[in-house]
Amino acid sequence: MQEVTGLPTIPQIWEALEGVKDPEIPVVSVVELKVARQVEVDGSHIRVTITPTFAGCPALSAMRDEIRSTLLGLGFETAEVSLKLDPPWTTDDLSQETLARLRQFGLSPPPKHGGNVRLVLDQPAACPYCGSDDTQVKNDFGSTACRSIHVCNNCHQPFEAFKPL
Amino acid sequence: MKADLKPDLASYLLAMADDEMILAHRNSEWTGHAPILEEDIAFTNLAVDEMGHAGLWYRLHADLADEDPETYPDRLVFFREAPFFRNIQMVELLRGDWAFSMLRQYLFDVAESVWLPDLASSSYQPLAETASKIAREEMYHLRHTQAWIRRLGRGTPESHRRLSQALDEIWPYALQLFVPQPAEEELAAEGLVPLKSAARETWLAKVEADFKASDLALPDGGEPPTTDRRAHSEHLVGLLTEMQSVARAYPGVSW
Repeated sequence: MQEVTGLPTIPQIWEALEGVKDPEIPVVSVVELKVARQVEVDGSHIRVTITPTFAGCPALSAMRDEIRSTLLGLGFETAEVSLKLDPPWTTDDLSQETLARLRQFGLSPPPKHGGNVRLVLDQPAACPYCGSDDTQVKNDFGSTACRSIHVCNNCHQPFEAFKPL
Repeated sequence: MKADLKPDLASYLLAMADDEMILAHRNSEWTGHAPILEEDIAFTNLAVDEMGHAGLWYRLHADLADEDPETYPDRLVFFREAPFFRNIQMVELLRGDWAFSMLRQYLFDVAESVWLPDLASSSYQPLAETASKIAREEMYHLRHTQAWIRRLGRGTPESHRRLSQALDEIWPYALQLFVPQPAEEELAAEGLVPLKSAARETWLAKVEADFKASDLALPDGGEPPTTDRRAHSEHLVGLLTEMQSVARAYPGVSW
């Protein structure tokens, strides 16, 4: 690995990646979402490794393109965004701060499941508006594959939840 | 992996990718037409998911075929003619009514729930990683389609009648899922893939349990319409004509 003067440092690159948001959830970045996993610089070439949330997520290619153009914008001559599936992406890796941001955005955050999603599937999603646990699932699939649709029995507000994965 | 097994594993993965891709496209025909809005959204998302899974299998296929995993999948999907697709006939059948499409997706989901965990322990690491990723998402598919089979089976006489009729039509086609693929025994002997014949028994047991809860009887026996994945019904041509039209009219276009 060699350094080229004028190019940003690794921490600066991570900071720039914080500017790339999930187009479906514009309050969280690809870094917070744990989609961007690794940054490797070799001279004026940069490689960022990403992992998909849900494999069919149409936002992935948008994020990929934006990551690439962000990297090129930082002055790198060539930028590669490579895909890695292992270990599989999981909502358990999201930080408390990210979960709180999802809630503010109106999405009920996914419960921790420790690797066994089935354990938490029948647990009611907390209403992101009034906080009540008295809610019911209306549909396992919401406006995107990663969301489910619920309704709150307390404030009667329909809402979406980020599914545990 | 033994080098001489590479083409066989590549073919095996192409078959899996084609099954998911064609099923996804058929199911996408419900977008804007499903019986209720929420289900329109759910079934569309399910189709998008299956298409994403097809994409992952195509990438693995490309790796083994020494092709570029970024561009080869599009070439396979949009520029192959019907005889070169390796999907089973079940997934290309016309979408039929809601019961037909739901039952087809359900039978496919159960099969995936049977072999994905086995594929996740494949001795070919990229295959193991992909299967383990897909298995996590498939759990949601099966949960959804299982609930619909119960709903239709125990709903009204009309929904039950339609589901039973769909079952009679689909059943033999579903059995093609378990027809061994070329060199499958050699691949299985190396720990690369599980044997389809063993999966069939587990699949039947799972389906039977769900059918009991849905007041449906498991059909007796039955034979798949063909055991050759190169053989297709006339419906595949129509599907491909639509699916490939934009890519062929404007080669290389991006949108």
